[in-house]
Amino acid sequence: MEHRQEQSSKATGARKDFIRIRNVSKHFGDFVAVDDVNLDIGKGELFSILGGSGCGKTTLLRMLAGFEIPTAGTIEIDGHDVTNLPPYERPVNMMFQSYAVFPHMNVEKNIAYGLVKDGINKDEIAKRVDAMLELVQLGDFRRRKPAQLSGGQRQRVALARALIKKPKVLLLDEPLAALDKKLREHTQFELMNIQYELGITFVVVTHDQEEAMTLSSRIAVMDKGRFRQVGTPKEVYEFPENRFVAGFIGTINTFRGRVTAINEETISVHSDELGLSLPALGKHAVEIGQEVDIAVRPEKIFLDRDRPTNDEDTILQGVVDDLGYLGNRSLYRIRLPGGRIIQASSQNRRRSVTRFLEWEDKVWVSWRPRSAVVLID
Amino acid sequence: MNRTSRLITSILAFGYAFLYVPLILVVVYSFNDSRIATVWGGFSTRWYGELLRNDQVLDAAFLSFRVAFMSASMATILGTMAGLALARFSRFRGRTLFSGMITSPMVMPEVITGLSLLLLFVSLQQLTGWPGQRGFSTITIAHTTFAMAYVAVIVQSRLSSMDESLEEAAMDLGGRPLRVVFDITLPLIAPAMVAGWLLAFTLSLDDLVIASFVSGPGSSTLPMYIFSKVKLGVSPDINALATLIILFVSAGVLIAWLVARRARRVA
Amino acid sequence: MSSAARANRDLLWQRVAIATPYLWLLLFFLVPFAIILKISLADPIVAQPPFTPSFDDEGALAVSLDNFRFLLTDKLYAVTYLRSVVIAGIATLLCLALGFPMAYGIARAREETRGLLLLLIVLPFWISFLLRVYAWMGLMNNHGVINNTLIWLGIIDTPMQMMYTDFAVFVGLTYSYLPFMILPLYATLERMDLDFVEAAQDLGATRTRAFWDVTWPLARPGVIAGCLLVFIPAMGEYVIPYLLGGPESLLIGRVLFDEFFVNRDWPLASAVAVVLLLLLVVPIVILQRNQARDAEGEA
Repeated sequence: MEHRQEQSSKATGARKDFIRIRNVSKHFGDFVAVDDVNLDIGKGELFSILGGSGCGKTTLLRMLAGFEIPTAGTIEIDGHDVTNLPPYERPVNMMFQSYAVFPHMNVEKNIAYGLVKDGINKDEIAKRVDAMLELVQLGDFRRRKPAQLSGGQRQRVALARALIKKPKVLLLDEPLAALDKKLREHTQFELMNIQYELGITFVVVTHDQEEAMTLSSRIAVMDKGRFRQVGTPKEVYEFPENRFVAGFIGTINTFRGRVTAINEETISVHSDELGLSLPALGKHAVEIGQEVDIAVRPEKIFLDRDRPTNDEDTILQGVVDDLGYLGNRSLYRIRLPGGRIIQASSQNRRRSVTRFLEWEDKVWVSWRPRSAVVLID
Repeated sequence: MNRTSRLITSILAFGYAFLYVPLILVVVYSFNDSRIATVWGGFSTRWYGELLRNDQVLDAAFLSFRVAFMSASMATILGTMAGLALARFSRFRGRTLFSGMITSPMVMPEVITGLSLLLLFVSLQQLTGWPGQRGFSTITIAHTTFAMAYVAVIVQSRLSSMDESLEEAAMDLGGRPLRVVFDITLPLIAPAMVAGWLLAFTLSLDDLVIASFVSGPGSSTLPMYIFSKVKLGVSPDINALATLIILFVSAGVLIAWLVARRARRVA
Repeated sequence: MSSAARANRDLLWQRVAIATPYLWLLLFFLVPFAIILKISLADPIVAQPPFTPSFDDEGALAVSLDNFRFLLTDKLYAVTYLRSVVIAGIATLLCLALGFPMAYGIARAREETRGLLLLLIVLPFWISFLLRVYAWMGLMNNHGVINNTLIWLGIIDTPMQMMYTDFAVFVGLTYSYLPFMILPLYATLERMDLDFVEAAQDLGATRTRAFWDVTWPLARPGVIAGCLLVFIPAMGEYVIPYLLGGPESLLIGRVLFDEFFVNRDWPLASAVAVVLLLLLVVPIVILQRNQARDAEGEA
């Protein structure tokens, strides 16, 4: 992960605004699908647009592909304005969510289709098709019809078909959604390897946060036609900029409160609900008395049978309301004195059949000030 | 709008005009006072009056409706059985022949169906003395035979789009197969049966060629009467009759459509 | 009742559900064909019924292929069969040329309007076939609406002869069978995934190219079904050539009808039917295969 992100950012150094999206909007009648969006994507990035259904991510992708023309704004790719170019004149190819592998053509014909349309000579086509078949490991299936392929194989045909034209940008619409879990993990890494090998800029649209987190060099979180945060997976997960992003990616516990003190390195937020002051690390543009949320991820929460000793931490006492064993880790729902339930998780490091905590056990809950995120908007 | 969709739109407009202008003109000319149907002689409803006083038309219409009602009902019963057999009883002897016989009447040219049935009736009469006279019963049998195919196909497609687990669930809850058919299957395919009945009714009312073969002297259905008149050319009372049919059918179909659409929206 | 008896009753019921329509179809569909075949091998006589029995007085088989020999040697019949194929074929192509863009337009229309557009295609089907053909008589007459309008517009001086020509037959066939073309085409086009067309465009095909590379081949089951649903009944059509076509525009359906009712030559009429059926066996089998494959593909 670390290694790959480094690679990507090195590539990004080449050209940070390989794709330039400027003030792009798309309206369908009264409905605003994409609302005045700006975005730069660097050359060689594996960029994900993440959001729920109807957030505008697919419309944005279709505008990059040329299936929709923006109502306003411009899109540039590699310095050329492509805003109004039809799909067949763009240096962009797409892998459809349905894969859209032509059912009446065999694997080979499907993959060659784009090159045939470009009028490239037969020998060249044959050579490049062979190379592609090898890349996606479908050499033995070249004469098969799509109906005779598995879902994963069809997906690789779609990928090969899009890549063979050496596009400047490859668009992937929910590339893993139709695959089962095992295959998804395998394909995820395959996609990353292919992207790294070819150095083509990938733009992925997905609703699956896990997919976005593992695949991408950067993620744009989208909601109601706008970006709510653009950053590396780490930034988006560990430093969400707003409540939407914090809530959309992963699970998070939030506590409403008022700012009571602003110090050099921390701020204090008083929560009426918990009846105590919650410290949070970091500089924030807040004022005394302002209402903010303090948010803590479940895995940042420590559970102990004895009271923790570190006084800087936020320390609460609670009761185990529910617990779930997931194999590699356990999930806990802890009931606080006020009746509020928070979630915590812990790695199961020790091999044991007895549980560390049982239902209705008293437990101490604590977290570090640096684990707490301040959410303003 | 781009060039392609403009072209498609104009072809659509032309196509609908092609389908409807002739019908609209028939309606307009039915109110023409002139006896020469192609010359406009002022507005009048006299042809409707003459139509209602024409016993031949009324007799033919009465026969047609009786045949249509009877054959549609029989076709619905037989067709539903056939549809059930094809969709739910996967294996039985002669299934291929059965499904072939079900669908063939739909594509068979009418002249062949009509001729073959007439020859059957003639042979039957020779052998058994029945049918002594060709008319209501022979036309009804003929119409039942080709209409049951349509009912069977409609019921079958409804059944195969329907989840078989509904019936399995009923059996799992203790329903015997026959009870399940009456409790679960029939209510679920009822809309298909109604649609099939209506289609069979219309097909029967519409048929000229088969009825011409299998009817005897003295029994004319409405299409047979109309045909005998229009052979001689355009005639104003047929315009009036056509108008009544066009308006009646259009109103019925439109109402059915609106009701169905409403039901879908509610659902 | 014991459970075995109940199971028996259930089985019995299934048997009844199969056997009733089965026997009906055997008697009223299959047996009649056997009779047609039998009579087509007989000779006509002036009697009631007007044909010779299959076995003579001594009980020997008395069949003859005379009727078929006659059909093959008499030019009139060969020409009429050929004319029927050609006219039905041209009418099928006309239906396709008009029906495909219409089906395409309906399938790509907005969902709210699609239902209404489709209803307007089906509606004429519910109105009497005969009256719809009749409507064209008033239009194409020498003093009909079309001629009157063209003369009034000054485009022609004297009426064009349209009635009782092949032109009128084409118009009538296209008009009557257009819905049969549009409905199956619509069904395939409507469920076709638009992603295929977009994928083709994405890979460098223009709209036109994408249509021929993707839409057309994928619409093939619908095209085949539509064409056969028009061609097969058009081949045996009787009313349209009778009302709109000229006396010399003989089609095989009309020949059969006249042979039977006017000439009262039952054996020859039966032979005409048998040959027509043989001509149609191939298209009918193709149609049923196509339909079965379509149903499978859906499942």
